[in-house]
Formats: sequence, structure tokens, C-alpha cells
Amino acid sequence: MKEKQLTSDFQVRLFTRMVLIRTFEEKIVALCRESYQLPGMQILANGQEAVATGVVSALEPDDIIVSNHRSHGHLLARGADLNSLMAEIMAKADGVNHGKAGTLHLSVPEINAPMTSTVVGAGPPLAVGAAFAQQYQALNGVTVVFFGDGAAAEGSVHEAMNLSGIWKLPILFVCENNGWAGAQRFEEHSAARQIHKRAQGYDMPGQSVDGNDVEAVYHLSLELLEHCRSGKGPAFMETMTYRMRGHGEQDHQHYVNPEELEAWALKCPIIRYRRALLNAGILDKNKIQRIEQDAEARVAAAVAFGDASPYPESDTAMTDVFVQAFNS
Amino acid sequence: MSQKTFGNAINDALSTAMDMDDTVFIAGEGVGVSIHHDPNMPTYGLLDKFGRRRVKDTPVSEAAIAGLAVGASCMGLRPVVEIMFFPFITLASDMLVNHAGKLRYMSGGKSSFPLTVRVKAGVGFGAGSQHSHNLEAWIAHSPGLKIVWPSTVEDAKGLLLSAIFDPDPVIVVEDMMLYRMKGECPDADIRTPLGKARVAAPGTDCTVIAYGLALYTAMKAIEPLIEKGISCEVIDLRSLVPLDKTCILESVRKTGRLVVVHEANRFCGFGAELAAMVAEEAFYDLKGPVKRVGAPQIPVPVASSLEKVFIPGPEDVVRAVLETMGK
Repeated sequence: MKEKQLTSDFQVRLFTRMVLIRTFEEKIVALCRESYQLPGMQILANGQEAVATGVVSALEPDDIIVSNHRSHGHLLARGADLNSLMAEIMAKADGVNHGKAGTLHLSVPEINAPMTSTVVGAGPPLAVGAAFAQQYQALNGVTVVFFGDGAAAEGSVHEAMNLSGIWKLPILFVCENNGWAGAQRFEEHSAARQIHKRAQGYDMPGQSVDGNDVEAVYHLSLELLEHCRSGKGPAFMETMTYRMRGHGEQDHQHYVNPEELEAWALKCPIIRYRRALLNAGILDKNKIQRIEQDAEARVAAAVAFGDASPYPESDTAMTDVFVQAFNS
Repeated sequence: MSQKTFGNAINDALSTAMDMDDTVFIAGEGVGVSIHHDPNMPTYGLLDKFGRRRVKDTPVSEAAIAGLAVGASCMGLRPVVEIMFFPFITLASDMLVNHAGKLRYMSGGKSSFPLTVRVKAGVGFGAGSQHSHNLEAWIAHSPGLKIVWPSTVEDAKGLLLSAIFDPDPVIVVEDMMLYRMKGECPDADIRTPLGKARVAAPGTDCTVIAYGLALYTAMKAIEPLIEKGISCEVIDLRSLVPLDKTCILESVRKTGRLVVVHEANRFCGFGAELAAMVAEEAFYDLKGPVKRVGAPQIPVPVASSLEKVFIPGPEDVVRAVLETMGK
């Protein structure tokens, strides 16, 4: 059972996790900028670290997460191995999915993240299935599905909310409202100003939280997960945050007002939490420096691991389609 | 062995699988309480027998039904979900094509999806185009999905049981026009292997491949052809993916001719794949052009006089065989 009263050790862990996620993704930004060959679309969640960290830190080991194209933070918070995650992002043989997933489709069954979908809005129906399996087998776990405000426009999300509401499935819907769907502002793509209010229509509690406040996200996650665990059915959390980078590193956000980006940069969840922990005397500058250096070292080691790993042998392109291969 | 209808055989398979294995559950629109209160319907009586935990009536939400199957199978269950009419698989296709078929591959073989989708299909009951449209070529074209299509009562049970206990996603197509057809069917747990075709009628002059209801169209063409001195070997394909190339090629190498019959649109239909495969692998054994018998490239019309234009009949098969024989 998770503590509602946070210990200073736990607070330091929250901070450390956010720093690791940020460092990891900043390294990807750097690799994209260098002449480095990073394949595919690198879609990052800079600025959204408090959601990944706050929600995932509230989970129990048996809980399942279903992530999306912006998955690095969710998976790192859940404890994914840094080396094989980075190697997969580099599409290497030692990657967690042996070069078949890349940055967008990372799935890591060993940390209970067996499905990731980049089809916008497809996660919630998958979560229905996972949560149904938990309910059917009387397991204690909850399924948490992350999706964006853009995905909330997909019919599949509504179907999933309705079915889970009828069957009282243990799902926590986490809508990361980061203000953008591609190049469309939230106001341009959503008739409703508050997505969490849709929860009422599907007979589940829906609440909104400051998505850049890691402790607030953690506390609301605990409360809503408790609802899901108690057999009362699904719950919905809308985290208000901001997409600091574009839809892929090739997207230079020409459609974004720079002042808006600057304003959100000041609300950075990591800077904000660092200040709070400094003020509370839980961290000092030396400790922070050690945390940052440790993150840098771990990420550097992951890149070295990825660099050293070969690209997958071409004949492995034909494997893993079916459990038993056949020729057709 | 006993006499069963095709619908009863499917029911028997579902019941057998659920008796054997608690991870098997069924879900779909009206799989428990159906608008059709008919003992020949595949899920009739299963709610009474297995209860609401294992027989799940769903809202009208094909994406959620298919998502349920994908997510639950990934967690180790064996879902058997129903799509009420074949054209509605378009609503479930993201979950099937992009998820059931791809997530195993993208996971590097770490996640598996042992799900079954039963799809009710068929042309011939005047329901019109949005309730009648055979899309097997779409499924077969999507990597990671298997698709089978029984034509006999025994295979209706045997293929479904094989599909349910297969480790990969399988789409099982049921011709609704066959639900009331009677035939012999063992009472035991029987498995028709996926990827094994069946010679439904031996012959020497021309191979005719069909599946589902179209098999009977092909069989009806045999007699008039025998009267003309032509012996056809009819192959019941049973499984489109995996495809039994060996059976097809052996037959074509013997007869030197091929006619493919299905009720789906001929243009870009599954018959095109069979024709191309045979042209690639047995070209020098062919004595005449490969012929395809299928529907014209139109939506399915309602009036029976128009529907007959759509559905290929035995006379179309006879004509195609005569053409490839040069007669």
C-alpha cells in the first residue's frame, strides 16, 4: 500500500525519476541534432515528466500500463531498463524489441507494459481488454492507459469509456492534456473545454489536476486508483500540462507562440519541484548535482550500449509475426 | 458422430472450448441474449450454460469489442469475439489490422495475441450491401492475421476449435447461409488443422478451388461438366492464411488447369492471389489460362433478381471451366 504522507526519501525518488526522464529525452534531442542516425519520428514528452512520474509512482507491481507514441517517460518511470530502451530507440539488435518497435512502439512486458500503440486513441480499447483480464481472473491489478487531448476526439476512446463503465472495469484513464493535437490547439480541436467532465457521461469519476505538479498528480492517482481497485469501476484523470516540443523532432513548432513556450518553461515540473525540495531542506545543491550527474552517466552508458549493439540481422525481419512461422 | 446443423457445430465448438479451458470467454453484440431466438444460431444457450462472467453481451462498439480481444489475449486469456456482419469488421479493423496483427511483431516476439474473431458473412438474404460484403482479401492482406472459412459442418467445429487454441489471432468466417445445413459431426473435441486444404471431389482435367458457400456452387458444376466429359477436382480451401500451397500445386500439376471460385468481388479478390501464386509456381504445368469466378465490382444489391447477378452460380463455374479447357 502506498503512503499518502510522503517521506523525504520518496520525494527525492520522484525528483530523481523526473530528472532521469528529462536527461534521457534531452539526449535524444541532442542525438537528433547531431549528424547521428536516429531513425523514425522521435516524439518526446519534455515538460510532461510529472505526469509519468506521478501516475506510475502510485502503481503497484501488478498494474498494467498501456502507453502511446510519447512513451519514454511512462516506461522509464515504470522501471524499464535504460540500456535496452535506448538501444531500441536506436533500432539496434539489443533493443528491448530487437529493432522492430523503435521509439514509437516500445513494449516492455517485463515491466507490465506489454502493449503500446501509436494509433491515436487506440490505447483505451486495448486497456479494456487488459482490465477485463484482470477482472475476469480476479487479479488485484489496475490498467492505466495514457492518451492525449488529441486522442480524446477519437470514437474508440468513447467506446472504451462506455464499455468499461458498464462492466466496471479497473481502468484509470489518464488524459495528458498537453494543449496540442499535431499543430491544432486544444481550443481548435475540442468542443469541450474540460475533457474530464466527459467521465460523468460514462458513470465514472473524472477529475483534473495540475499536470506539472508531481505530488498533486501522485495524490490524485492514489485516490482514483483506490476507486478502481475497490471494484467500483473505471476513473478518469485529466492532467493539465504542456507539450514543450513538437510532434517529432522534425517539427519546429512554427505554429506556436514563443511567449507561450517561455511561459510554460517557467512552469517546468522539474525546476518547480527542485525549488520546493530545496526550500523544504530535503535537497541541497550538492545532492541535486549528484542526482543530475548520475542521470547523465546512466544515459551516457545507455547510448554507449546502443552504439555498441549491432543493427539486427536482416533475416530476423521475417520472425515474430506468428508464434510458429509458416510460409504463405 | 451425430447429425448437427452448421450452427450447432459452432455452438458445440464454443461449448467444448469453454468446458475445457476457463481462459476462453465469448463476447459480442447479442452473443448472450440475441434478437434471434433460434437453436441453430452459434451462441444459443451458452449464456444459460456458462453465465454472465464468460458470455459477455457488449454495447454496439466494434472497436471496443476487438480491443477487448486484443488486450485480454495479451494478458493470457483466449477471447472469442463476434462481429455480427462482415462489413462491420471495418469498424474493428484498426484493432485487428494495426494491433492484433502487428503488436506481436513490434514487441520482438514478447507479447502474444491468441484471440479468435468469429465473423458472420454471406450474400443471399436480401440484406443489401452494408450487411453483405465479403472482405476476406483485406484480412488475408494484413500480416499477422490468420483467416479460415469452413464449408462443412465438421469443419465448422474443427476449424473453430483449432482457431481458439491457436497461439495467434485467427479470423473465422461463418457463412450465415450455411447455419441450418445438416451434416455429420463428431461429438468429441476435434481439430481441423489450420493451413490444410481438403480435396472435396477428385478429378483429372481441371482444379476448382472454393471456400465457404462457394464450395457448393463449385460442387453443383461438377455434374454438368461430367456430362460434357470433363472431370473436375474440387478443393475446399478451408484456410486462406496459412495457405495450403502444397495441396493446390499438386492438384494443378495433375490437372493443368485452375478455376477459382468465391463470392467476394473478383477484382483484387483472394482468387487473384491464388491465380498469381499458381502462375508463379506452376506456370509450365498449366495447359490453359487460370480463370476466376467472383462477383462483379458492385456493392451487393437487395432485389433477389439483382442479387443473383452478384452471386456467382454453378453456370459461371461451368463456363469458366469450359473456357480454360478451350471449349
